[in-house]
Amino acid sequence: MQTENYLIRKPSLEKLFNNLIGSGKTIFAPKAKGKLALFDNVKAYGEITEDYIVTANSAKSVVFPRTEKLFSYHKSKEKTEITDAANSSFPEVILWGTRPCDAAAFIPLTDTFNGDYKDIIFNSRREKVLLLSFSCNKSDDYCFCTSVNSGPGNTSGSDVLFTKLPGGDYLAEVMTPKGQLLVRESIDLFEPKPEEDKDRNLAVVANRFNQKEIQAKLQNLFENPVWDDKSRACLGCGSCAYVCPVCSCFDIQDEAHGNKGTHLRCWDSCGFGLFTLHTSGHNPRETQSARWRQRILHKFLYIPNKSKIAGCVGCGRCSRSCPADINILETLTSL
Amino acid sequence: MSNQNIYIPYLMRIEKITLEAPGVKTFRLKFENEQDAGTFSFRAGQFGEYSIMGVGESTFCIASSPTRKGYIECTFRQAGKVTSALALAEEGDIVGFRGPYGNTFPMDEWKGKNLLFIAGGIALPPMRCVIWNALDTRENFKDITIVYGAKSVDDLVYKDELMEWRSRPDVKLVTTVDPGGETLDWKGEIGFVPSVLEKTAPSAENTIAIVCGPPIMIKFTFPVLEKLGFTEENIFTTLENRMKCGFGKCGRCNVGEVYVCKDGPVFSYAQLKLLPAEY
Repeated sequence: MQTENYLIRKPSLEKLFNNLIGSGKTIFAPKAKGKLALFDNVKAYGEITEDYIVTANSAKSVVFPRTEKLFSYHKSKEKTEITDAANSSFPEVILWGTRPCDAAAFIPLTDTFNGDYKDIIFNSRREKVLLLSFSCNKSDDYCFCTSVNSGPGNTSGSDVLFTKLPGGDYLAEVMTPKGQLLVRESIDLFEPKPEEDKDRNLAVVANRFNQKEIQAKLQNLFENPVWDDKSRACLGCGSCAYVCPVCSCFDIQDEAHGNKGTHLRCWDSCGFGLFTLHTSGHNPRETQSARWRQRILHKFLYIPNKSKIAGCVGCGRCSRSCPADINILETLTSL
Repeated sequence: MSNQNIYIPYLMRIEKITLEAPGVKTFRLKFENEQDAGTFSFRAGQFGEYSIMGVGESTFCIASSPTRKGYIECTFRQAGKVTSALALAEEGDIVGFRGPYGNTFPMDEWKGKNLLFIAGGIALPPMRCVIWNALDTRENFKDITIVYGAKSVDDLVYKDELMEWRSRPDVKLVTTVDPGGETLDWKGEIGFVPSVLEKTAPSAENTIAIVCGPPIMIKFTFPVLEKLGFTEENIFTTLENRMKCGFGKCGRCNVGEVYVCKDGPVFSYAQLKLLPAEY
């Protein structure tokens, strides 16, 4: 669809929020918590913070919850009954305040859950999510979106992208039919598009590496001292995977209460030693360096080889959250 | 399948339990739902996720042959949480099964060839599926040789079937146990599988070798096969890695770029040589 551009004034943005809340939508937006900004359920416009580069957590949990019920069961002497969680009703969710990197992450994430098998639960959630993103007007040294085909004003994945202009008003770029519908419902809040150049109002994010070059190098780098060098401090805590908007590796666990229970899909991490451990005690990825290598290869070699897009959007969350101060950029730029 | 929740298992009733060896059991499973029994099909080499609801799922091959309709069988050793719960199940109980997953042994391409099966210990089950498939379509293959070893006589699985294979004129069966694992009346070989294979010296001419066993056995068997003249394209094995989903999503069974669950579990030695040591 052809992009539609509008101007929306700052006070109208709040009205738009109130219209959405008024129509019963669930809204997740950045909320200040101590020094952090976190995507969280918000009920009032005043709860939203604008003071963040990216939130500490990603927005992926609205489509890929940390714990997702796949089915529930009830066992009795005579029979076993299964209730399919795919038949549940999933909420309509608006993500307000996603950054272009967050929105871009929905592309590889959706791709992963839609190979030969189209994940019915993931897709049911995804269809009901609307992304209202905000361009970045500040960045930090952890950001590298421009190295992975994105950028501080990139529209990929967003339904509407708002860019703050010098006067405090916003440029609204409507990217999808879903975004169009939202604008139509509150059309009185939108004005003809401003003349302002969008790019002049964006943060500057330096290009740190060439993704194609990294992909080519990784093809023959399975055995290399860099993995050990760069992972020596790794604690195997898995926080990089938990904050990553693209990471989607999962575990399957059962939770039983007497003769009833649920079958669950839970976030997992290739950084955990238990991730690949066989029952026999054999572990194909025995060391933390083998696990770090898997993380890098999966994102920058395996996913791009398969889907032509990187499994990383350059948000820098993994590096910001690492308790051992391991920076993914340091590994990527030292290959 | 594409519009359904793939995680919902078939409900299977345990029709028969056979104790194969200490800690090793075979379950014969029948579909609770008649309709499922009619639509379900699989091919030799594929696997599934077997579950006890409330405990979890465990990955094993389908150990019965696709030529035997109406049921599937699995053979497992009691080792972890799920297999311990499975081991407590009784005939008539319900278990879950998801599958079939993975690729298959290219048996159509093996028509007119000799088949050499080499298995160690609890790795006979994935091969038993192929062996019975070949025996049930015997006219498609020439000589069938089976070299099977275990730690001790007690640890050999499918003891009744070994007797049956031994008595068949169209099968050559060589059984062996590790030194010290023999009993007083043991009539088979004594020695490790690779050296017994070397002594048996099957011809590589027009022959496909299918190898399955613990990593250490595989490691020493491949060089023997190469010495006997087998090319790497004519040697097949089936890999195992930790799995959760079974269809390439959960992210743990990959060996380099290759997913054991989806691209495997069956690989030729030629394919295996291109993979990094991550299994």
